[in-house]
Amino acid sequence: MSVEHPSDRLVAGYARGDTDLPADELWAVEAHMEQCAGCRGRLAGAAADVPAVTALLTAVRDGLEPALDRSTPAPRRRRRPMAWATPVMGPWLAMVIGVSVVAVLLDRTAGWTRGAPPVLLLAPVLPLAGVAAAWSRGLDPAFELTAVTPRAGLSLLLRRTLTVLAVVLPVHLVAGLLTGVALAQWLLPSLALTATALALGSVIGVGRATAALGALWTAAVLAPAAALGRLFLLQPEHLPLWALTLAAAAVVTLARRRAYTTPKSLR
Amino acid sequence: MTPRKEPPLTVPTVPTGALDTAPRVYAHEIHATGLTVRVGRDRLAVDGLDLALGTGTHGLLGPNGAGKTTLIRALATVLRPTGGDLELFGHSVRDSARHRELRRRIGYLPQEFGYYKRFTVREFVTYMAWLKEMPARDIPGAVQRAVERVGLADRADSRMKALSGGMVRRVGIAQAIVNDPSVLLLDEPTVGLDPAQRLQFRALLQELGRESCVLVSTHLVEDVAAACTDVVLFDRGRLVFQGTPEALAAAGTADQPGDSPLERGYSALLSGSDHEKGSW
Repeated sequence: MSVEHPSDRLVAGYARGDTDLPADELWAVEAHMEQCAGCRGRLAGAAADVPAVTALLTAVRDGLEPALDRSTPAPRRRRRPMAWATPVMGPWLAMVIGVSVVAVLLDRTAGWTRGAPPVLLLAPVLPLAGVAAAWSRGLDPAFELTAVTPRAGLSLLLRRTLTVLAVVLPVHLVAGLLTGVALAQWLLPSLALTATALALGSVIGVGRATAALGALWTAAVLAPAAALGRLFLLQPEHLPLWALTLAAAAVVTLARRRAYTTPKSLR
Repeated sequence: MTPRKEPPLTVPTVPTGALDTAPRVYAHEIHATGLTVRVGRDRLAVDGLDLALGTGTHGLLGPNGAGKTTLIRALATVLRPTGGDLELFGHSVRDSARHRELRRRIGYLPQEFGYYKRFTVREFVTYMAWLKEMPARDIPGAVQRAVERVGLADRADSRMKALSGGMVRRVGIAQAIVNDPSVLLLDEPTVGLDPAQRLQFRALLQELGRESCVLVSTHLVEDVAAACTDVVLFDRGRLVFQGTPEALAAAGTADQPGDSPLERGYSALLSGSDHEKGSW
């Protein structure tokens, strides 16, 4: 398509801001200038002869330059934003690791632990501390802000939970090997409790869910084990029960994935 | 002169920000009808509120405990309406499937602004931009612009724990505006700012109010006078007055308590309820 370019007379008149240019021609020139780099070049040439324009441009440049000197360009991003964890999760994860180490030491030194190994008693419940730090109003100072961003929801919660598991599970794996606790015996309850915390969290909030499950665990497993030296709910014959819990919790979590963005689960 | 072909009159494309190119299908960014929000067991902090807010800077005034923070939290979708309806951009907030879409267009500074002490200003605002699902390539530029707009460019790489209270507040404002929100909700943004910073902040508010719907809660009447195009006076969960600052000033008479026409108008409108002067 051939385009006609404005004449030199028109361009010069446009540069001077001539009032004798008819309005329709002025608009046509202006619309053409927006499209045509060549004519903008001609306009720049024509404008260099117009003192009013050069004075204006100089004034604008002089005004802008100090501000531009002050502003620094955005530096290149050095690392990815914390897509997988928040800073508040760090101390909690360190605490979980510390408790695990203590459990191993107890197991190796104390005689009363034969019937109920501390690693087995604690490994399932410890990831809950990390999950609570990952997603609760009480522990995360920026939760009020985070919770109402578009990225808040099950996917962000799952990312952070996976981070917790990625840190905690290897530690417990080593602890299990050192103390001779079978892998399935602690791993299945561990995953089941974590999944239940997420599922329950969609109803009452993840922070409350972890607290409730922690209390339940203390009452049903830790206290009887400490008092009687016996294992409850953690014998090999209970494993199908834990597998069932894990499956049910996973189904509930996925079915209620919308609920993680609603105010009710933000407590 | 030869007749020329009319070049197409196309509007040059402007980078989209708060001025969306999509047509607006709503009259007001914020529209509440009979809105009630319950706090705790049985207290209605917002009680049957009818409110429509469009583009502009709206000052939300009211005594302590009037329900300002509850209203702002409901608008930010932190709290769910107990009754009535609340529409943002023409969509009800009850529809949780739309939350994600609505939240992309909201900027929110809570009254208690929590942050990560070990983050630098830039890291924190970048993190918030990421949470707001901004395109990754736009984030560094948007963060720099937001930090400059609140006057923290020279402290952008300081850790948050090294900042003064006023600076932290400005980081809070920066994270709220980083995504060029269409609805900006600021709960007590001027707390901790010194007088010079307050002046700059008012200028920023006026600028933001040209393109988006800004709701600023404050208990400082003079902030409203200087920066707002519209005043919303709120008491005990109900709307007492909505209008221009001039109309608020006109409501006052010389015998009302207060040091400025606006303060006298504020006192006059609130004295109807049983908040008696002198009782704390």
